[in-house]
Amino acid sequence: MALEKQRFDTLILGAGGAGLNAALQLANANLKVAVVSKVFPTRSHTVAAQGGVNAALANVLPDNWHWHMFDTVKGSDYLGDQDAIEYMCREAIPTVYELEHNGVPFSRLANGKIYQRAFGGQSQDFGGEQAARTCAAADRTGHAILHTLYQQNIRAKTHFYDEYFAVDLIKDDAGMILGALVLNIATGEPLLIESKTTLLATGGCGQVFRTTSNAHINTGDGMAMVLRADLPLMDMEFFQFHPTGIAGKGMLITEGVRGEGGYLINKDGDRFMEKYAPNAKDLASRDVVARSIVTEVRDGHGCGPEADHVMLKVNHLSEDVIAKRLPGIRESAKIFAGVDPVKDPIPVFPTAHYVMGGIPTDRFGRVMPTADDDGEHLPGLYAAGECACASVHGANRLGGNSLLDILVFGRLAGHNIIDYVKENKAHRPLNEASVEASMARLGRWDAKGDGMTVSQLRNEFRKTMEDHAGVFRVEDMMAEGVEKIKQVREKLNDVRLTDHTRTFNTNRTEALELENLIDVGLAIAVSALHRKESRGAHSRPDYPKRDDAEWMKHTLYWRESDKLDYKGVRVQPLTVESFPPKERVY
Amino acid sequence: MKFSVYRYNPETDSEPYMQMFEIEQRQGMMLRDALLAIQEQDESFTFRHSCGEGVCGSDGVNVNGSNKLACIAPLTELKDPVEVRPFPGRPVIRDLVVDMSQFYAQYNQVDPWLQRKEPLPEQEILQTPEERDQLDGLYECIMCGCCSTACPSFWWNPDKFLGPQALLSACRFLADSRDQAGEERLDKLEGPYKLFRCHTIMSCVEACPKGLNPTKAIGHIKAIMLKEAI
Ligand SMILES: Cc1cc2nc3c(=O)[nH]c(=O)nc-3n(C[C@H](O)[C@H](O)[C@H](O)COP(=O)(O)OP(=O)(O)OC[C@H]3O[C@@H](n4cnc5c(N)ncnc54)[C@H](O)[C@@H]3O)c2cc1C
Ligand code: SF4
Ligand code: SF4
Ligand code: FES
Repeated sequence: MALEKQRFDTLILGAGGAGLNAALQLANANLKVAVVSKVFPTRSHTVAAQGGVNAALANVLPDNWHWHMFDTVKGSDYLGDQDAIEYMCREAIPTVYELEHNGVPFSRLANGKIYQRAFGGQSQDFGGEQAARTCAAADRTGHAILHTLYQQNIRAKTHFYDEYFAVDLIKDDAGMILGALVLNIATGEPLLIESKTTLLATGGCGQVFRTTSNAHINTGDGMAMVLRADLPLMDMEFFQFHPTGIAGKGMLITEGVRGEGGYLINKDGDRFMEKYAPNAKDLASRDVVARSIVTEVRDGHGCGPEADHVMLKVNHLSEDVIAKRLPGIRESAKIFAGVDPVKDPIPVFPTAHYVMGGIPTDRFGRVMPTADDDGEHLPGLYAAGECACASVHGANRLGGNSLLDILVFGRLAGHNIIDYVKENKAHRPLNEASVEASMARLGRWDAKGDGMTVSQLRNEFRKTMEDHAGVFRVEDMMAEGVEKIKQVREKLNDVRLTDHTRTFNTNRTEALELENLIDVGLAIAVSALHRKESRGAHSRPDYPKRDDAEWMKHTLYWRESDKLDYKGVRVQPLTVESFPPKERVY
Repeated sequence: MKFSVYRYNPETDSEPYMQMFEIEQRQGMMLRDALLAIQEQDESFTFRHSCGEGVCGSDGVNVNGSNKLACIAPLTELKDPVEVRPFPGRPVIRDLVVDMSQFYAQYNQVDPWLQRKEPLPEQEILQTPEERDQLDGLYECIMCGCCSTACPSFWWNPDKFLGPQALLSACRFLADSRDQAGEERLDKLEGPYKLFRCHTIMSCVEACPKGLNPTKAIGHIKAIMLKEAI
């Protein structure tokens, strides 16, 4: 049967916050846009974001975007690009107002303005008193934002391909991206979508680790598609472990709990963060809190029969505060930890949460294909959201800055695409060879016979990642990890599906996801092995110090022979003075 | 623990059938974990799921006769053997996966987006905490479909009656102090079917995994209509 084809001005892969905010700009401008998502849009993982989105609205405490910028640069452990950070922090304010105008049901202050709470790593006046910068809709901010954006896209009549799985980017010999091969999950039929511009907004890859706050669908598909198109991923060694996942399970307990006054205790009831971060205490940056918890447990101060977690104490807050500000957390703690936080503390331990690295873009959301500091972007290809790396989070992301990142850069990518399509009216000729290569990749899963199952290899892989690329990383352990993951990659050849039918075959999509996970996992492990310093979330007991002379640079990883290269950090902001690297204390 | 699971693949089965599986029950296990364990035994078994924590709304299924989200349904609360079926009244695509397009179309019918007529302020549209409180119990809907697919009126008149989820959403916008299309919204709900086919049977309330109350929302809309009529 001939392969079905469709043509659009723009193809957006992903219907989370980033994809939907871009789609909204494009649909409002009457461009022909297709949004492809492997799940119904409101099931995208943005829905799970709890705490809120940062913007210096100064509704509760004094604030301005420049302080927000300072905190973000410092939080990034000086690896973030300061031009992109300045842009994001300035744009945060109109972005949040626009969201509100679109209908997001933010919680409110007595004067009718948007409620803002304190989050980790936030300060007034360049490192002074705690700030309150995180705009929240109770503890369901992601849900509120995602549903609102979807609603606005219904109004704007955006064209959705729901439950279509993107397999590969299609490219021509000049390296230009021509669209993507996607799979209709319900029928199992492939579809070729040709587009003048393509935006990757496929979200994160937390499923590379065994214990994670990320959904089953967060498998780094877009990142792996980019790798297979011979493009690099940037700063993949920087993976955030959120300090407070429900112990043993991984579901997230938002930092907003600590923002509202909750704090961590060890088995002796000591408030141990006072020891590790005397000023910011429980609201120190996430990497700092996560390491402190792991250290406490390793030093024998853990709670529970296995002494393998710590406790998050909330019961000193009034039931009213918990009911009003943290209703979702109370529900989750009851269901998954079996405790009512109004009465008892919640058992917590760090959980794999967020990838700072991703598809390298400039501050316009355009994909940058080389390690050249003054290199050109790849025309027509964009990336935004968690799959992208602008880079605004550098080595460590601040809570509340990711929703911000996806919204600001999703919107911006939308605007830039509108301009690009005005000047590039024609589709480029299709490259059949590239289509055939992706079809062959799909066809590989039709192979029958005995072999490993997808879930067997996936379990082995995720355990390996957890053991060898987790919170603390040392040379031998990581080198062994890289070897093991390479073996896992080899074993992919031995995996066979037992189900070869077409209709809603999750066995097949999970196999495609496993290929993606492994490619992305290797990018993380190889990049991590080679960075011989400790910076942000990348913590190496064998190289405990940050080394700005040697390592204040971005890592680039290519799939072909696991090649690495490096490129400079953009330290020059747009209009203000650069923040020079300083020691990072909280 | 034993599970009797609905199976149907249109490519290979002429008819649906129930299949038994046995799963070793671990502490704290949810129904989703059991379904995943079943999937490890038989890779051809299919169901939707994603977040694992009751926020994405993917994994609504019918369990021992009631609609639930598998990921937040503790096995300890289910009677052995557990019977797992797809949502009632929806066309089955495969196994537990049903076609929800009609449910989504109904949502679209209530114009589920905030509508303003006045020009927008530069900053946020102000809303008091009390006005914002009106949205609680309405905005949290995750569109899982547990309610609508448990509603007899929805089964009989899916093309005419909007169903509890869409009506709850309509109420969410009617209740929003910032929305300025109240009249149009009410006009669109007029007639004997769209709203008024609700016979307050309350199956929707019982089914909602987020503790929302569509029946109350529907009553609320009726009350506003009545007030407007007078
Ligand atoms: C539990 C949790 C709580 C969080 N809380 C906060 C918070 O309070 N504040 C904050 O700032 N950040 C928070 N974050 C981080 C933030 O929510 C995410 O980084 C962000 O939502 C990612 O948005 P996105 O649009 O990039 O991707 P997503 O929302 O993950 O969307 C990805 C989209 O891509 C689609 N997709 C992926 N692969 C394919 C494929 N192969 N084919 C087709 N479609 C595909 C998916 O279907 C989906 O539509 C939280 C994260 C988690 C996990
Ligand atoms: S109360 Fe109304 S909407 Fe709810 S189940 Fe009954 S008939 Fe359906
Ligand atoms: S009202 Fe409840 S049951 Fe119905 S779709 Fe919303 S969350 Fe699901
Ligand atoms: S998997 Fe998301 S609601 Fe159950």
